[in-house]
Amino acid sequence: METYSILRQFADSWMLLVLFAFFVGVILWVFRPGGTKAYENPASIPFRNENKPASNHAHDEKEA
Amino acid sequence: MTNYIKLVVLGLIAFFALIAANYARDLAYLANALTVAAVAAGTFLWVLRNTDEPVSTTDLSGQYMDGVIRFGVVATAFWGVVGFLVGTFIAFQLAFPGLNFEWAEGYANFGRLRPLHTSAVIFAFGGNALICTSFYVVQRTSAARLWGGNLAWFVFWGYQLFIVLAATGYLLGATQSKEYAEPEWYTDLWLTVVWLAYLAVFVGTLVKRKEPHIYVANWFFLSFIITVAMLHVVNNLSIPVSIFGSKSVQVFSGVQDAMTQWWYGHNAVGFFLTAGFLGMMYYFVPKQAERPVFSYKLSIIHFWALIFLYIWAGPHHLHYTALPDWAGTLGMVFSIVLWMPSWGGMINGLMTLSGAWDKLRTDPIIRMMVISLGFYGMSTFEGPMMSIRAVNSLSHYTDWTIGHVHSGALGWNGMITFGALYFLVPKLWARESLYSLRLVSWHFWLATIGIILYAASMWVTGIMEGLMWREVDANGFLVNSFADTVGAKFPMYVVRALGGVLFLSGGMIMCYNLYMTVRRSPAVTADNSAVPAE
Repeated sequence: METYSILRQFADSWMLLVLFAFFVGVILWVFRPGGTKAYENPASIPFRNENKPASNHAHDEKEA
Repeated sequence: MTNYIKLVVLGLIAFFALIAANYARDLAYLANALTVAAVAAGTFLWVLRNTDEPVSTTDLSGQYMDGVIRFGVVATAFWGVVGFLVGTFIAFQLAFPGLNFEWAEGYANFGRLRPLHTSAVIFAFGGNALICTSFYVVQRTSAARLWGGNLAWFVFWGYQLFIVLAATGYLLGATQSKEYAEPEWYTDLWLTVVWLAYLAVFVGTLVKRKEPHIYVANWFFLSFIITVAMLHVVNNLSIPVSIFGSKSVQVFSGVQDAMTQWWYGHNAVGFFLTAGFLGMMYYFVPKQAERPVFSYKLSIIHFWALIFLYIWAGPHHLHYTALPDWAGTLGMVFSIVLWMPSWGGMINGLMTLSGAWDKLRTDPIIRMMVISLGFYGMSTFEGPMMSIRAVNSLSHYTDWTIGHVHSGALGWNGMITFGALYFLVPKLWARESLYSLRLVSWHFWLATIGIILYAASMWVTGIMEGLMWREVDANGFLVNSFADTVGAKFPMYVVRALGGVLFLSGGMIMCYNLYMTVRRSPAVTADNSAVPAE
């Protein structure tokens, strides 16, 4: 088969399946148990470190 | 030592640019080569004056790199007004063809100014807004200084050079005739270099972030940078006729070229004007509302759904053409499915205000952001509808399309950018507040009424035009000539141009307000021990 047909066949079978599974997987992952709690911290990122970068000892940061 | 290498490189660039100018085969190439030579020579002098000067070795990693963002804010406001001004002028040219002046024929007629307008608003205004806000947001949400030192300055100035090369090229006739991808081959190559530097700065900052999680706004910005790089390179594959001329020939031809162009064109909308600006939305709306985004889960789903769907929507630009029907149908279906994540994102932004709706009354900046989300929702409903083949047969090639684009660009991109600028200027120049909130209100209403005049007149004229084109009499002959439709559109063209005037005056009020904020507003007191006034 010429390159086009091989790529075309791959694209509308396995690659389609992989992309679709990845997409569904992301949505399922977002709704995993404990997800709500896990996303509380990332959602508040804009409200820290407004004026200067975190110091190198960021692990003992006090969440303002 | 690096300065000596820089001097050699800059000297060579200036030298070869002058040689190229000497051999130039067309006016646009000549002007662009001279511009490059002048910029290289100027930078040469600047580097030379700083060579062997004492180098300050202050450790800057403890502060954000905001200088380049301040320049970006100024450039955004400046190019915005320039783009709106050119747009308003060409709107009047359409209503009053006499404005295509005889003496400026071939340089300032509609055909030359139209790409200048689109590029000025999308790439100069929108692009500068995206670059400066992404630099601002990625630093704050990564808690790290921009990576790459002066590379961010290279990105800023390199991008301005790209804009100047593209704009002067259009006026002098250099275009590869691809909508929103008009710049010729050497300008495209330069943009590729600048864009990869931009990607490096952004990813470098993400890599050295102090926050364990990459905030959702950065996901949107990163997808915008990567996708635009890919789209730009593929759509601009071309072979120059001569290295001393601006003309080039596309590698793809026929329907493949058309499909590549609209794969590029629609994803320029999807990633440049949507994903990038959603990055702004996911930072500035929560900041201005002073509460976290409504649902972080929804923002993740919004991101992946948008990324997976947008890339397929391009073929809806090519209904009823040589493009196979299945490809058109695919594009149409994906466009309609896109409606859902778009509205998911809009709802996520709007609901961020839940519990703080009173701010709509008191804070004109949040009002601006909310109306931008409203226009985002409106145009992401209108777009999928227009992509349906049957609707498209009426709307395509008419002014309805132009109305749709402007409700998205002026409403969504413009308003969210204005909101971001009003947020950024007091922060970046350490001012307590904006110079005048009343002027923000004026800007808000002028811009909103301007958009409404624009969109409404384009709906009327677009649908009228589409109906007139397809009207046949009892014997099957077309009833109207093309000139009949042009004549019938005149009143709507005047209304549209007036809408442009309102939007432009709003933009100028913003510039005045931002300038006065920097000049007049009281500075934030650096002393942190201040006692709150009781």
